[in-house]
Amino acid sequence: MMRGFILRRLLLTLPVLLGVVTLVFSFIHLVPGDPVQIMLGEGAQAADVEQLRRRLGLDQPVLVQYGRYLKGLLMGDLGTSFRFGEPVTQIILSRYPATLQLATLSLFFGAFLAVPTGVLAATRPGGWMDRILTSVTLLGISLPNFVSGPVAIILFSIVLGWLPVSGRAGPAHYILPAVTLGAALSAILTRMVRAGMIEELQEDYVRTARAKGLPEIKVLLKHALKNSLIPVITVVGLQFGTLLAGAIITETIFAWPGIGRLTVQAINSRDYPLVQGCLLVIACTYVTVNLLTDLAYGFLDPRIKYQ
Amino acid sequence: MIKAPFLRRIGSNRLAMFGALAGSFLVLVALIAPVLTPFGFESQDLPHRLQPPSVGHWFGTDELGRDILSRVAYGTRISMLVGFSVVLVSSFLGLLAGSLAGYYGGWLDEVLMRLVDVLLAFPGILLAIALVAFWGPGLEKLIFALVAVGWVGYARLVRGQILKVRELDFVKAARSLGASDSHIILRHLVPNIIQPVLVQASIGMAGAILAEASLSFLGLGVPPPLPSWGAMLNDGRSHLFGAPHLVIFPGAATILAVLAFNFLGDGLREILNPKLQSRSQLRR
Repeated sequence: MMRGFILRRLLLTLPVLLGVVTLVFSFIHLVPGDPVQIMLGEGAQAADVEQLRRRLGLDQPVLVQYGRYLKGLLMGDLGTSFRFGEPVTQIILSRYPATLQLATLSLFFGAFLAVPTGVLAATRPGGWMDRILTSVTLLGISLPNFVSGPVAIILFSIVLGWLPVSGRAGPAHYILPAVTLGAALSAILTRMVRAGMIEELQEDYVRTARAKGLPEIKVLLKHALKNSLIPVITVVGLQFGTLLAGAIITETIFAWPGIGRLTVQAINSRDYPLVQGCLLVIACTYVTVNLLTDLAYGFLDPRIKYQ
Repeated sequence: MIKAPFLRRIGSNRLAMFGALAGSFLVLVALIAPVLTPFGFESQDLPHRLQPPSVGHWFGTDELGRDILSRVAYGTRISMLVGFSVVLVSSFLGLLAGSLAGYYGGWLDEVLMRLVDVLLAFPGILLAIALVAFWGPGLEKLIFALVAVGWVGYARLVRGQILKVRELDFVKAARSLGASDSHIILRHLVPNIIQPVLVQASIGMAGAILAEASLSFLGLGVPPPLPSWGAMLNDGRSHLFGAPHLVIFPGAATILAVLAFNFLGDGLREILNPKLQSRSQLRR
């Protein structure tokens, strides 16, 4: 049954991926006017415009362009960057690990902060600690990273001088970008852990565990927390894609050499093939992580039966 | 029509009350910005550039000597304009698409929902960045990009709600009395599913304000010299050492706006969901 579910889920993902590819391909045709002229600027020679048009394949009918795009994708070819003069795939591969590292670190930061905070808030719902933590998490959700990032730089780099402002030279450089990127996720997860724990703590098995005389810490961590974490893990997976999108701003603030900053640089220099490549890779990562999260759900919760 | 008991319930919920008051304050600032501000948002005073907050300039001045208080107040106009436009158009389109897909089902449902799936395969802000990157910056293009991303959430929500409601007895009764499809959708279904849409709209307002500020921060939003909180934050980044007020005030305004509409949405969810309401009362 599980194998059938995996196969069906994979098959359902294929049309979505094809839709994503089609949408990303069509972006260049959304450019008002001539995209090649815009890439080269107003003063470009007609011969240069024609040459680039041919190189990008934009002189062909749209369907031929689409066919070539799909064929290139199947061979791992995302085109050539107009700005760098190198294959887009190669440029993205050189920047992608930095983004994955940052997103993963943010995820761990968010999760590690959220679990104890959420449990603490749930132990006495409505109490003063719960109220403070709930307000802080709402603030965390509403705090955009383009505000928290500069404020963190002012505080920890300029006033206190503890952490570097930007770059990726050593472990200390990871702290501010990871915390900035993971703060909102941490707030979301704290609320989820809290809500899940409150539900679980009202269940019969918790009452039984307490009646057996188990210490409260064991009841909380060994019984209730384990079950309340299942939906949280799903959200962690789904939020990974959001982190990738959030990395566009965080990487810009901290001059982090990842795919997010590369996307912004490509947009600013009107390097459309590179923009398309970055968007495609981020979207495909998002779809893949969502798929893996969905599949993991079955392994994590044996009560779930796939229809 | 909003009924008095509903307003009373908002008044009794602290989250919703704070959200409603702060949101109303921001709308008021947006409406009376020209009266409220001592300077125009474009007025430059180069001899007094990068001044810290003072009696003459409460929020200080920027690198061109422009009054930050005036720019933050006018920025409220941009945020509210984008927020309300995006929420109104997105929720209308989402209601339309979701109602049709949910009520008629079949190929229409399939086509619309596959489109929704593809659009949801992108993190929301990424798709908006992509659209603006290719369309070019501009207020209308920004609103259009955010609508193109925003209607999807409403459509999925409305479709789910319609699927639940369309099989209920009162809908069957209306159908057997010969009511037309449009009458059933508009007079029976939509009024019964509007509450979660209201909650989504409030949270969507916060999302739209945030997205506008994010895109403007990246230089993809409102073109200068129009003041946007996100663009002001980006401009202020290069003066973090010497003039942190350039970041603090537009940052605080963004947080207030996002908090206000998130609080309102959260409060509305509690008010409109009897299950959550009784739970929150229990906790008190």
